[in-house]
Amino acid sequence: MCASVKYGSRGPALIPRMKTKHRIYYITLFSVVLLGLIATGMFQFWPHSIESSAEWSLDRRSVHDAPLVRIPMSSPIPERGDLSCRMHTCFDVYRCGYNPKNKIKVYIYPLQRFVDEVGVPISSTGLSREYNDLLSAISDSDFYTDDVTRACLFIPSTDVLNQNSLRIRETAQALAMLPRWDKGMNHLLFNMLPGGPPDYNTALDVPRDRALLAGGGFSTWTYRQGYDVSIPVYSPLSAEVDLPETQPGPRRYFILSSQTAIHREYRVELERLKEENGEALLLLDKCSNLSQGLASVRKRCYKGQVYDYPQILQESSFCVVLRGARLGQATLSDVLQAGCVPVIMADSYILPFSEVLDWKRASVVIPEEKLPEMYTILKSIPHRQVEEMQRQARWFWEAYFSSMKAIGMTTLQIINDRIYPYAARTYEEWNNPSVVKWSSVNSPLFLPLIPPRSPGFTAVVLTYDRIESLFRVITEISKVPSLAKLLVVWNNQNKSPPEAIDGLSLDQTHMVERSECINKFASVFGTMPLKVVEHRADPVLYKDDFPEKLKSFPNIGSL
Amino acid sequence: MQAKKRYLISLLTGAFLVLLFYFGGGVPGPAATGSRSRHGYSRPEQPWPHFSDPLQHFSPWDQSDTEEYNVHISPRQKRDVNSSVYKGKRCRMQSCFDFSLCQRNGFKVYVYPQQKGEKISESYQNILSTIEGSRFYTSDPGQACLFVLSLDTLDRDQLSPQYVHNLKTKVQSLPLWNNGRNHLIFNLYSGTWPDYTEDLGFDIGQAMLAKASISTENFRPNFDVSIPLFSKDHPRTGGDRGYLKYNTIPPFRKYMLVFKGKRYLTGIGSDTRNALYHVHNAEDVVLLTTCKHGKDWQKHKDARCDKDNAEYEKYDYREMLHNSTFCLVPRGRRLGSFRFLEALQAACVPVMLSNGWELPFSEVIDWNTAAVIGDERLLLQIPSTVRSIHQDKILALRQQTQFLWEAYFSSVEKIVLTTLEIIQDRVLQQTSRSNLMWNSHPGGLFTLPHYSSYLGDFPFFYAELGIKPNPKFTAVIHAVTPLVSQSQPILKLLVSVARSQYCAQIIVLWNCDKPLPAKHRWPATSVPIIVIEGENKVMSSRFQPYDSIISDAVLSLDEDTVLSTTEVDFAFTVWQSFPERIVGYPARSHFWDNNKERWGYTSKWTNDYSMVLTGAAIYHRYYHFLYSHFLPSSLKSMVDQLANCEDILMNFLVSAVTKLPPIKVTQKKQYKETMMGQSSRASRWADPDHFAQRQTCMNKFASWFGGMPLVHSQMRLDPVLFKDQVSILRKKYREIERL
Repeated sequence: MCASVKYGSRGPALIPRMKTKHRIYYITLFSVVLLGLIATGMFQFWPHSIESSAEWSLDRRSVHDAPLVRIPMSSPIPERGDLSCRMHTCFDVYRCGYNPKNKIKVYIYPLQRFVDEVGVPISSTGLSREYNDLLSAISDSDFYTDDVTRACLFIPSTDVLNQNSLRIRETAQALAMLPRWDKGMNHLLFNMLPGGPPDYNTALDVPRDRALLAGGGFSTWTYRQGYDVSIPVYSPLSAEVDLPETQPGPRRYFILSSQTAIHREYRVELERLKEENGEALLLLDKCSNLSQGLASVRKRCYKGQVYDYPQILQESSFCVVLRGARLGQATLSDVLQAGCVPVIMADSYILPFSEVLDWKRASVVIPEEKLPEMYTILKSIPHRQVEEMQRQARWFWEAYFSSMKAIGMTTLQIINDRIYPYAARTYEEWNNPSVVKWSSVNSPLFLPLIPPRSPGFTAVVLTYDRIESLFRVITEISKVPSLAKLLVVWNNQNKSPPEAIDGLSLDQTHMVERSECINKFASVFGTMPLKVVEHRADPVLYKDDFPEKLKSFPNIGSL
Repeated sequence: MQAKKRYLISLLTGAFLVLLFYFGGGVPGPAATGSRSRHGYSRPEQPWPHFSDPLQHFSPWDQSDTEEYNVHISPRQKRDVNSSVYKGKRCRMQSCFDFSLCQRNGFKVYVYPQQKGEKISESYQNILSTIEGSRFYTSDPGQACLFVLSLDTLDRDQLSPQYVHNLKTKVQSLPLWNNGRNHLIFNLYSGTWPDYTEDLGFDIGQAMLAKASISTENFRPNFDVSIPLFSKDHPRTGGDRGYLKYNTIPPFRKYMLVFKGKRYLTGIGSDTRNALYHVHNAEDVVLLTTCKHGKDWQKHKDARCDKDNAEYEKYDYREMLHNSTFCLVPRGRRLGSFRFLEALQAACVPVMLSNGWELPFSEVIDWNTAAVIGDERLLLQIPSTVRSIHQDKILALRQQTQFLWEAYFSSVEKIVLTTLEIIQDRVLQQTSRSNLMWNSHPGGLFTLPHYSSYLGDFPFFYAELGIKPNPKFTAVIHAVTPLVSQSQPILKLLVSVARSQYCAQIIVLWNCDKPLPAKHRWPATSVPIIVIEGENKVMSSRFQPYDSIISDAVLSLDEDTVLSTTEVDFAFTVWQSFPERIVGYPARSHFWDNNKERWGYTSKWTNDYSMVLTGAAIYHRYYHFLYSHFLPSSLKSMVDQLANCEDILMNFLVSAVTKLPPIKVTQKKQYKETMMGQSSRASRWADPDHFAQRQTCMNKFASWFGGMPLVHSQMRLDPVLFKDQVSILRKKYREIERL
């Protein structure tokens, strides 16, 4: 306070004492400051809109505009994936923090084009259509954040979906150059085609330290349970072909094999099965007379007869999904789409999203060595179960396989469920198609408990204008030993109680009103939730010829 | 002076300008981003620039990979390579288990004979006798698929008195050891102070582990089984029921979260318990620790010990357990602790704080439905986490703790059988149980996968799947007297049952010594009559799961039962509402006889009942399968020898599965008299021994089930309008009222 007074007394004294020259000088100075302020204001608002419109055009920007990053030869390579990694050892949960929505925040690195020292790109394909779709879907979702400091999970924009198109060492170096890499902590990589010739590893060969891997084709030996996520191999046909949902039920063929590159040993065994069971089996292969390319992908042949693929899958109850070089097969996706029950023969394969999906309800898993017994095994499955499996297979495809978006969202949801397990989606939410969700009844009190007499019951009496009968009810009810509480709901706000009238049920409008209510409620529920039964619960000796005084509930029935 | 001022002012102005420029426009990037969010731009954030260039597919259309691969590697060789490479810590069923042993005789378990001089702890003795009493047991190692040691491997803590020395040589000298292949080793404690490793102190080879407190790092998925830690007082069979007697809504209890236990101060696993005091608020979050354990606790004690110890004494553990919504289960020295089962039984939802613990039976149990899985690193968030859980969820979690406790944990027998069933599921592969069978009532032990892998074939999942049982029934008539006259009750029964609109077919089970009557002797009916000759003519054959039973419902009948078509129709409509229970006419009751200290059986008219006689009852055909495959042969042969009690056993079985009483429906008076009055006809009911036998049966059955599964009911289901003062013409089931 003291200082301000001083300043105040000196201030006015300052200016009059100035010379004109100085005054001009000060005025100039202040106008410069003013101009500066205006300019800053303009900077704040005006250029901003220019910039954002530039960002709008970003949507149409090409991958070729992404910055080129040269990887030095000596750039560090991450360590190989640690098989003992689990969420509590290799994942930094503090980054996810506590948040009331129980939703993790996911950050996507901006696209960079990595090249080695001589300018050769690290990947032969660069960003693939599928990975672009996946990242776009994630960036549109609730999981996404553009604030790197708030992110819990980081997704590199380097496309590693297909290991074949990658240069392993350089890709690993590129990953390690990411600004938040930190030994791969909380980083998620998506890979669908792992391994390479000659022995095809079942997990991505790119060293990735602690990064989580969402991989297609894990075997039980490479899958880190509760850490990695097993994902399907996306079938690009899903987007190309529209297979309408078919009614579950018996189909023209019992078993169909549509894969083109089945090992000789297995093909021989399939052919033997075909000889034994004839028409029930359809064994398709590549068409030899068609040229390579998209057209040949959409056709399959048997003895010169040409079939449309994947439409033919809808003609069969069961469809074989055999392992190839890799355990994960894109065929699985096509088969599910067609509502055909997959018969999966790939020993040690971790089925897609097996952490949450109950595959026993949608597929048949048979050990490879039991291939010759396949027909008998499948024949033993009840018809009703086959139908349920067909429905379930199609539902799995629609919900979890149909697009890169579905695959990405499911993966993130699984990781989210691990971080916030108490808010995780339930088995029913994951596995029950909406038809079942609507028709099934899950009582909130599902434990079979016989209610004890001690806590008793609460009586709720609704009353409207009828004091006398209300008193009568209260007097009678209060005699009941197990009554704990009696609650009277007075339902008339305006009128004082009138004289006793006849039973409400005799009132015609009353019944009409109640019918209207029922129709109204049913339309809100979408269906009629009430069930009609023809039975009524009575005491055991109800109205039996038996001494009344020996009955537990003597008054009932003798009224 | 003036110049000084001038300089000062111009300097200030300059600095101001620089600052202005710096904050305003000097770093346009972040300022622009920041301001955009400040101004709340309405367009969605699209920082991933949805590239619209024509991009390539991630995998080329022609998959040449596989073809090239196929030329080189034979899948058969590949399998052999896998099974030879992955051993020890990387064991899986494919590489360390010989499935062929299980193919010939099914899933049979062999227990090595106990050697003299070998001490076996009570717990392990319980495990072995459970296996020996189970339907999996075989005494012939040649038939076995799984082998269990008679050497006590439960406690592998070297400091423990139960520790068995020289286990390595003892195991290696076993003739059938075969490097542990197809062996199952049970273990509760491993390692010792100070590091508590999970090593058992001997080479387990390719054996599977059924181990408590196993960590996810050491757990071999689908090979090992994680079992709960149980005390030596854990009952062998039966076991106490869960403490939840009724549901309270809203489900909150006096305390929100409680814990009472030891604190270790130093060493492995001490961090979490040492930090609990941060969360304790002495109101609804009560987390108590004591330093008083071990001989030299004073030596290690820290500043908080005295305060903690005093607070610890103030609360009663059992009182807290019963009055808390959530119970904290932090790790101890080892990952698992007794608190887990205690909380589960007490319907106190466990809040797990044990990072890396592979929860018990995690292969089949979905623990998210019965527990809150916390993270030790986020201890301070635990209170807000549990408070954020909605009351509907709490209600569901609490009920699920009770279901899981009673289904899999309440006795050593259940723990062991669950372990064996999990392994059996792996052996069965494609016909194993689905997740739903394990995680919903009545649980995996009562849901046998041999019967069907389809959920809709069981009586328990109709509501869940949103489907209804098949709207027809199959009548099974148990015939023991030869067919001599056309007025025999069985013929009348056949006619009246066949007239039911819900009847699909009638099976006559010919358990009479006389040869089958000629086909034309049976009355002509609209539904097919199938006559099956009982193989051994024994009582249990009436509950055989005959292939010819195609409907879900079975109407079980004695040959002398008198029933009208109306009664059958009504009972069937009732059954459709309660497909998992027995629905029938004449009922019986059980009681505890204080004088004789045993269960009593009564056929007197009473106000309640707990059994419905299977001489006239409708139930799901799955119970035929359970009766034949779940019950031990000792009980079934007892029934066959006495030719009695089969109905009591069936009622025990169904009530043990459903935990619910059967349902009595109303019946015509005349029928009651013939049944109740025990007419002079040469029926087994007239035998004076008959009644005494039934008392004996009850007690024998109760001891096998480890408790009395029967539940009393005071309810009878009558047709709506039954005996009401309205015109008989308005009643649908009017026959039932007529005398």
